[in-house]
Amino acid sequence: MKPVLVAKNLSKKYGRVVALDSADLELYPGEVLGVIGDNGAGKSTLIKVLCGAVIPDSGEILLDGENVTFTSPIEARKLGIETVYQNLALSPALSITDNMFLGREIRKKGFLGKFLRFLDKKAMADEARKRLSDLGLLTIQNIDQLVETLSGGQRQGVAVARATSFGTKVVIMDEPTAALGVKESRRVLELIGEVRARKIPIILISHNMPHVFEVADRIHIHRLGTRLCVIDPKKYEMSDAVAFMTGAKEPPKV
Amino acid sequence: MSKISDDISKDLKDQPKFTSDIGDKAQDHHTFDIGEQTFLKKLQHFLHGNPTIVPVIILILSVIAFGFIAGGKFFSAFNLSLIVQQVTIVGILAAAQTLIILTAGIDLSVAAMMVLASVVMGKLSIDFGMPTLPAIAIGMISGVVTGAINGLLVTRLKLPPFIVTLGTWNIFFALVIFFTGSQSIRSSVIEENAPLLHFWGERINLGGFVFTYGAFLMIAIFVFLWFMLNKTAWGRHVYAIGDDKDAAELSGIRTDRMLVSIYAVAGLVIAIGAWVSIGRVGSVSPTSFYEGNLDSITAVVIGGTSLFGGRGTIIGSLFGALIVGVFSSGLSIAGLDVLWQRFALGCLIIIAVGIDQWIRKVSN
Repeated sequence: MKPVLVAKNLSKKYGRVVALDSADLELYPGEVLGVIGDNGAGKSTLIKVLCGAVIPDSGEILLDGENVTFTSPIEARKLGIETVYQNLALSPALSITDNMFLGREIRKKGFLGKFLRFLDKKAMADEARKRLSDLGLLTIQNIDQLVETLSGGQRQGVAVARATSFGTKVVIMDEPTAALGVKESRRVLELIGEVRARKIPIILISHNMPHVFEVADRIHIHRLGTRLCVIDPKKYEMSDAVAFMTGAKEPPKV
Repeated sequence: MSKISDDISKDLKDQPKFTSDIGDKAQDHHTFDIGEQTFLKKLQHFLHGNPTIVPVIILILSVIAFGFIAGGKFFSAFNLSLIVQQVTIVGILAAAQTLIILTAGIDLSVAAMMVLASVVMGKLSIDFGMPTLPAIAIGMISGVVTGAINGLLVTRLKLPPFIVTLGTWNIFFALVIFFTGSQSIRSSVIEENAPLLHFWGERINLGGFVFTYGAFLMIAIFVFLWFMLNKTAWGRHVYAIGDDKDAAELSGIRTDRMLVSIYAVAGLVIAIGAWVSIGRVGSVSPTSFYEGNLDSITAVVIGGTSLFGGRGTIIGSLFGALIVGVFSSGLSIAGLDVLWQRFALGCLIIIAVGIDQWIRKVSN
């Protein structure tokens, strides 16, 4: 099977600090790839490079086998790499529909849309409702509800629904459960399952080991700016992963 | 080293595993019980969902109050139409100001920009003998350009809008003095050479109520901007930028380009106001509307738009402007000194912002 997303030899220096040291990453179709690493291991730089927020000094990124470069998250998104940011990047004072279509609104057909640039609110609301119910999020009753009235888990749901709605090839999720309570985290993990069921591969960055071990198909362990190893969560214990991460144990050969 | 990893593995073993330990068990203690809501809480929620209600209530209450205080004179057709006439210019400036404040900015240069545009229109058509219509068109362009300059300074130099517009306020004012040499263009001269400049000052009588064309234009501007803000992507992006600029950027909105366009549209609205102001005042005076900046901000704030951006309605600013007009008219008919009018207005601003803050707490 060919990987959807490949990163090769990515390097990034900040002054004399080496954040990424020829790091590699492969993401295969339909899988959830967990990315873990100690603080300062360079995993957030790696993710920022993949989502377009940081431009690497060297190395290449291949999407569907083609070499791609992007200089901003907007460009990465146009190519089909969507990111669910830790702070979610939602506008709390706008409605769920407005947020889902922010920057990609649907216009009315004909004169009203073309010349007066009116929005087709009904089409957007229907589409938003469909996307949310596809992900099993119909508990959100009113699609015109303001995002600030939603709980943290529901907001995450809106952000995920947005990220998976526009011909997405890859979804990157940055600490999706970090700010959530136990029950809400549960919902988000189920949500990750729903996205995987729709054959969209996910890169999941998290500090929460039980969460990563529960949903990931493979776990990429990052250490000292590069990929240390990739492990199968069914074959290793969490304590092994922590030991690899901290350098207390020799990793298996990749 | 192995000591540490042993400790870690012990810690990890103590952690609950979701699937087995917590899983499907009821987690009801996690949901917040809304329970009995007091009347005050319900009111807070209602107002939060309907932000325009507050200025409407204040407007109705103040009209009733001044009806009692000032008597029948206040309700005379003449006085009510006078209020609308007086509010026209501040209303148009407030419409432009609303756009800027919705983006979490503030524009201190609106009045200077308007006077500059009116000077451009007056000078070109009177002193340079240009036909009036092209002169007006160039005045409109000057509004768009001065607005865009504000927008470019805010986005390129990353300066706070307060500072940028404090600077451009003085610059535009200085330009006005430079172009006019502190001389007004008299009303009679305009009437003779370029009567079109007075067009929006023409009046029609509707059953005792006298309205200038300018008042209708003001309403039209508000309706147009309401459609822009609520029915187009551009309008939703205005709110998104004011709400959280970084989030808007990450959602794919080109925030800098948007901001320049918002300042330019505000500039165009202000330039339209400049034409209306010539009709209202009669002459083109370099020193008129000196308080227009603060009056427009007052109208927007009383109209329920948050100075922190992202929340508010354009129609609220229309009500805000009317409230200011009702207050000044009512207090002067009641025979109060101008100083008490300003005093009352000051109280009104603080009350309006206080109510706004209280309503906002609903989301926490």
